[in-house]
Amino acid sequence: MTPASNERTSLWRATRAVVWKDLTAELRSRELLSAMLVFALLVILTFNFALDLDPKTRGSVTSGVLWVTFIFAGTLGLNRSMAVEKDRGCLDGLLLAPMDRSAIYFGKAVANLAFMLIVEAVVLPLYSVLYNVNLFRPGLLLMIALGSVGYVAVGTLLSSMAVQARTRDMLLPILLFPVTLPVLIAAVKGSAGFLSGLPMTDIQPWINLLLVYDVIFIAVAFIVFDYVVEE
Amino acid sequence: MTETQAPLIQVTGLVKRFGLKTVLRGVDFTASRGEFVALLGPNGAGKTTFLRILASLSRPNAGEVWVAGHRLPHQAAAVRRGLGVVSHQPLLYGDLTAEENLRFFGRLYDVPALEERIAEMLRLVGLYRRRRDLVRTYSRGMQQRLAIARAILHDPEVLLLDEPYTGLDQDASAMLDEVLQQVASQGRTVVMTSHDLSRIALLASRFDVLARGRIAASVQRSEIADTQLLDFYRSAVAAPAEVRA
Repeated sequence: MTPASNERTSLWRATRAVVWKDLTAELRSRELLSAMLVFALLVILTFNFALDLDPKTRGSVTSGVLWVTFIFAGTLGLNRSMAVEKDRGCLDGLLLAPMDRSAIYFGKAVANLAFMLIVEAVVLPLYSVLYNVNLFRPGLLLMIALGSVGYVAVGTLLSSMAVQARTRDMLLPILLFPVTLPVLIAAVKGSAGFLSGLPMTDIQPWINLLLVYDVIFIAVAFIVFDYVVEE
Repeated sequence: MTETQAPLIQVTGLVKRFGLKTVLRGVDFTASRGEFVALLGPNGAGKTTFLRILASLSRPNAGEVWVAGHRLPHQAAAVRRGLGVVSHQPLLYGDLTAEENLRFFGRLYDVPALEERIAEMLRLVGLYRRRRDLVRTYSRGMQQRLAIARAILHDPEVLLLDEPYTGLDQDASAMLDEVLQQVASQGRTVVMTSHDLSRIALLASRFDVLARGRIAASVQRSEIADTQLLDFYRSAVAAPAEVRA
């Protein structure tokens, strides 16, 4: 066999490998996705019975209910995603690879985003039926995509930190919710704007905030991830 | 020094602390190309910590560590490329097949001609016929053999084995012996920790005892009989002063 070179494995190649591994393992076990989906559906149903509102008021809470559902289900997925690596000792296997360790972050983040988007794709039609609201608007879908990217970008980084602690299940939400508050506010406000038909000039600041947040936190994670996973 | 005698691992004055507790208090260690070093020591002596530092998974507080001509932690990626690690945990994914596990790690290490190499490794560890089975259906012994295949997939110069026999029954241990003998005969430098003296005696070319945070004793396999091994270990662990056989 020709020995592998002394160069690092490229970030792109390693990231793709981590994404492939996470998606393949999850498609086979369906542990994470089924838990996220069941949890999301339960949240939606709980809100449906708890907020027995008239159609006009329903419209005003749609954005909030949607995002609470997404972040609760998302947190469940983020917690498991790194815990699986740690519990089975596989995190060491990843850290031993001769690559930029950011590849682990990007791979995990892309896989987590895929799981979150799948959950959202199931929740949206169900919510439309239960609440009799048309949610298939391009603007709303854009807000959901941007908000999910920001939430997963921060969540993957923080779950890598929390996984080292014994109280990781409690620690992640405590760390995550305050840090992602700007994402949640911007996503809820922006989504509500699109649902109520506000002009684009009113919604644009929320989109800008989400874009800036996404870029900043992806860059921060790229810089600090190596230190976060170092023993 | 000849090529085979040149130290592939060179550690000088290695210190590692966890909070107020100092686990390694100035470890000096060398291993030449092709050497199979058995690292012995009581529980809590710092064997795993030492291997984790060699594997670039943990940073030392002081001292110099060179592996395959690269210094840690500055050239960690280059060190990792020339290193294979097997621990008591197999570091494998239960929801992937044996083949998929090796394919995944092969991609992370950029292994050329990956599919041929995977088949070669699976044949070496006797798992080729079970290559499409999920790893979670494997016995502990089979998982450990696959872990060795994973560790040498990228043809590393140095192999670190941390208690690889943990949890294995006699048959599985004997199969692992065979695989390790084959792996060692390929000219790799191997450092292995184990509490099983009789087992490690079959494989090692040198015995080092880590005690009180230092290498307390070291002896070549050719200089010691099987019957003396236990006494050597006990005296090294008990001795207050350093003993160099």
